Amino acid sequence: MSDRQAATYSNYLIYSSMIVFTLAFFLYAFSVAWQKKSESRTSNFANGQMVLGFVLLTAGVVLRGVSAHRVPWGNMYEFSITGAMAFCGAFLFANFKYKLNWLGLPVSIAILLTLGTAITLLYRPSAPLVPALRSTWLVIHVSAAIISGGVFLLANTIAATYLILDKYERTSGRPDWAKRIPALETLDLLCYRLVAFVFPLWTFAVIAGAIWAEAAWGRYWGWDPKETWAFITWVAYAAYLHARLTVGWKGRKAAWLCLLAGSTFLFNYVYVNVWGSGKHTYSGL
Amino acid sequence: MKKGNSNELEQSAFFRWLWRQLTSMRIALILLLLLAIASIPGSIFPQRTQNPIRVQSFLTENPGVGKFLDRLGFFDVYGSAWFSAIYLLLFISLVGCVLPRALVHLKESFAAPTLVPRYLNKMSHYQKISDTNLTLLEKNLRRKRYRIRIEPAALSAEKGYLRETGNLIFHLSLVVILVAIAMGALYGNKGDVILNTGDKFVNVPTSYDNLSFGRFQNENSLPSFKLTINEFRAKYDPANNQPLDYLLKANLDQNGSSNSVEIKVNQPLTIGSTKIYLQANGYAPIVLVKDKAGKEIFNGAVNFLPQDANLTSIGAIKIPDMNPQIGFVSSFLPTADRDPVRGGFSSYPEVLDPRLLISVWQGDLGMNTGVPQSVYRINTSQMQQIGLKALSVNESYDFGVGTITFTGWKPWVNLQIVNDPGKSLALIGAILATIGLLMSLFIRQRRIWVKKIEGGIEIAGLSKNEIPGLAEEISELINQSNLSSANLSKNRKLRRQ
Repeated sequence: MSDRQAATYSNYLIYSSMIVFTLAFFLYAFSVAWQKKSESRTSNFANGQMVLGFVLLTAGVVLRGVSAHRVPWGNMYEFSITGAMAFCGAFLFANFKYKLNWLGLPVSIAILLTLGTAITLLYRPSAPLVPALRSTWLVIHVSAAIISGGVFLLANTIAATYLILDKYERTSGRPDWAKRIPALETLDLLCYRLVAFVFPLWTFAVIAGAIWAEAAWGRYWGWDPKETWAFITWVAYAAYLHARLTVGWKGRKAAWLCLLAGSTFLFNYVYVNVWGSGKHTYSGL
Repeated sequence: MKKGNSNELEQSAFFRWLWRQLTSMRIALILLLLLAIASIPGSIFPQRTQNPIRVQSFLTENPGVGKFLDRLGFFDVYGSAWFSAIYLLLFISLVGCVLPRALVHLKESFAAPTLVPRYLNKMSHYQKISDTNLTLLEKNLRRKRYRIRIEPAALSAEKGYLRETGNLIFHLSLVVILVAIAMGALYGNKGDVILNTGDKFVNVPTSYDNLSFGRFQNENSLPSFKLTINEFRAKYDPANNQPLDYLLKANLDQNGSSNSVEIKVNQPLTIGSTKIYLQANGYAPIVLVKDKAGKEIFNGAVNFLPQDANLTSIGAIKIPDMNPQIGFVSSFLPTADRDPVRGGFSSYPEVLDPRLLISVWQGDLGMNTGVPQSVYRINTSQMQQIGLKALSVNESYDFGVGTITFTGWKPWVNLQIVNDPGKSLALIGAILATIGLLMSLFIRQRRIWVKKIEGGIEIAGLSKNEIPGLAEEISELINQSNLSSANLSKNRKLRRQ
């Protein structure tokens, strides 16, 4: 298989995964809207579609890497497809462990949006890396950052769900479609566990980035916009963990803080890559 | 006398209050969030430490707001008084919070677990069991490496002390990182220099284009070495003009021995605690300038500044030794191309079809005014244009009072030479912080209490931060200790806060 073919197959696989994720989205929507039981046949089928989508997407990401002879993390298109893969993987893992079928609906929407933006706005032909990116640290730093990002977004989805349901419960009570979503305390605890689980990995991603920066740019920390926002995200999640563990913030306040911390991550990804300046912007996004 | 005393008392009470506030978790949390907010402007406004030129152009474009922001330190956020105040307060708060906890933790580590609470049924994971084999239970707890305090007809067991140890390691290693950053700022130095192939660089302050020392460093602290630039190679991808590889070959003379070395992006050259990085590259066209009589006035390479990814470069060739003075405002195009709108530009970063575009100016270069000048630009306000030409290699141009010949080109490289003695300490701090964090988030600290009562025993437990798994652990313990968890245990209570 030539490099060009690999790149083409990668594109086909990503389109196919989008079709499958769309199907999963409709199935989740149907199950949320019309079905009473959490473990219905529809939602199981939707989960199956999610797994299939994950497999297709992973294959697409791998082939993208094969076509360029490197890890597929050289530009924003590649970060996005890998990020969607990590997000989907985090959901599948959490769903396997905690039974979160209800979360499939927002997760599949988020994946479709990410992949849609990636193929329409961010697509770049497969090409080798610029010299600044050619380092083993690319694999270590970026994989840690992408996995952390996937889990942060999942925690954000849960925090947002918490806040919406909290609003309903304080006014009119839960609507029918939300009856099967677990109790608010469970959401709160789940959100905390995801953050506590991934915070050390994010710390590691930042440290690995610093080690790489030392090798590439002559300093381990230089307040480059990307570094600054990674630091802000780190501080914000540190605040969340302290607020929850030591000050005893729970529920609404903690959910808002989690949402805020997650937004700094998203902001870093979108703003700094697209409009920002600094050393993390490479030609062609 | 009396009055002074009460004042002192009030004062000390005030400071104690202040200290309590500062070391409280709530204030620490506010400081953490403030730190995050305070870092934001540094990513929005240009920073002097990163891009002084953009700061200058921001100030010229927005004179009013710019001056105001400058006074508030918005162009040097991370060195500003308010940013420093926040992180210093945060670190004082951290130390004030962590040190007492460390002492308590040290004492607890050598002490027996806490006393058994009086009413176990108020605790979480409470259950009653009819069997009464306390000794076997104790043995099993010991085998699970619980620490145990024996009381009359009761026992208290605790495990997972390392959680707090990890927590303390994490917070203290943040202090280590701060110290490392300070060490780099006080004892380090950083400079850069542009070198052509064939140049020799001797590591003394005068060789640098730009050099800054830490507060406790001076000229004499530079290590002695000499670097000779032999060759610089840049490879580009013909498909998209992106760089593929940069390689610098040089000779390093140090302590009487000479070695050939290679420097690449991501692969700096290390000399003790000093590192040399390849940061940028460009072209230096070589020109020969003669006066009307044919006497050589200037012969050499002039460094030009790249303007785009295809290395269209601009530069200034200044000839102050002619009378009146001559200046060539120039562009160098490694691979020349033309466009009706842009005029001449380069279409590929490698030298395939080079051109030197010159505009000849005669008059006063303004080099004796004492105002620092850019080496890449000419102030033509006191000059007039006397010629315009595009030169190929070895082509000459007669501009009336002399001739200029474009004889060739050399690449130049920009090397950054950095000495940061705090680096290893920062790495150690970062590794310790990660280990501490993992310990404090993943080690489960929990207590189990057992009490003998009429016709059986009571058992209860407490898991720090409600980390799950204690319920399973207690039932496993009961099973192992051959206690039938029968009839009485129905009122098990799972208390959630």
